[in-house]
Amino acid sequence: MRGTAKGGTRLRAVARVVVAVMPKPEILDPQGKAVMGALPRLGFAGVSDVRQGKRFELEFEGEVTDAVLDEVRQMAETLLSNPVIENYTVTVESAEVRA
Amino acid sequence: MRIGVVTFPGSLDDVDAQRAVRLGGSDAVPLWHGDADLKGVDAVVLPGGFSYGDYLRAGAISRFAPVMGEIIAAAQRGMPVLGICNGFQILCESHLLPGALIRNDHRRFVCRDQLLRVENNRTPWTAAYAEGQEIRIPLKNGEGGFVADAETLARIEGEGQVVARYLEVNPNGSLDDIAGVSNERGNVVGVMPHPEHAVEELTGTGTDGLGFFTSLAASVLA
Repeated sequence: MRGTAKGGTRLRAVARVVVAVMPKPEILDPQGKAVMGALPRLGFAGVSDVRQGKRFELEFEGEVTDAVLDEVRQMAETLLSNPVIENYTVTVESAEVRA
Repeated sequence: MRIGVVTFPGSLDDVDAQRAVRLGGSDAVPLWHGDADLKGVDAVVLPGGFSYGDYLRAGAISRFAPVMGEIIAAAQRGMPVLGICNGFQILCESHLLPGALIRNDHRRFVCRDQLLRVENNRTPWTAAYAEGQEIRIPLKNGEGGFVADAETLARIEGEGQVVARYLEVNPNGSLDDIAGVSNERGNVVGVMPHPEHAVEELTGTGTDGLGFFTSLAASVLA
């Protein structure tokens, strides 16, 4: 979706779909453990566990339909995560307009 | 025998693997990741290294290389495939092998001469060894921790799919000290240590790794 706002600025509607990938609870997370070990050394108390994952921001032009979300889930299962060791969630962030 | 050795962007041990194939008595056929062409080889070795810089997950990008489509199809028809280190990671990402490889539990890169026990000599890559034979070959990895869920682990242990196990030291946190596994059929094998670096007396830990490259001819003739 492309349009021209007053004043001639070109605007573009962008929808963002976020895929968050986390190591499964039963899988050891050495990176999370390293962060967990560093926090108290830096004086941050009270954190009882840290798990480290990945966040993918996928941008789509226009509306995010169910078909788009189905495709994102396929991407997550095929490439973005390894289902043997990772879980993922898919969320849609509010669309924004960008130049 | 003609054994293909794939070069991915970031492969490091492809030339060593080719050399090991020749020392093992077969012809080494270089294969290129971008060509969906196996050049009529009888078997394939996926070498070690850091293909695609280990971006996303080790082996995750290489798994979709054009040559891998051919290799996955051929492996499912029974062609012998050996993955070493990064090659093992690629085979797990391809779901040709069970489980996955994650960062070493101690979070450091490990490089050592590693003692192993060959647990299964009924694969086309380990037939030259005696069952239970102990071998010492180099190990070098940052993401070599073999993991699988409890059900998968019980299955591969029960089916004899554990091909090699670490002795003396578990160098990377692998479950059950697993250093190498095979698929159910046994034609696809992945090992984290590097047999191709132990094929000549001049360098490395000796010649304990050579068996991986002589086994194929032996298993076909047998």
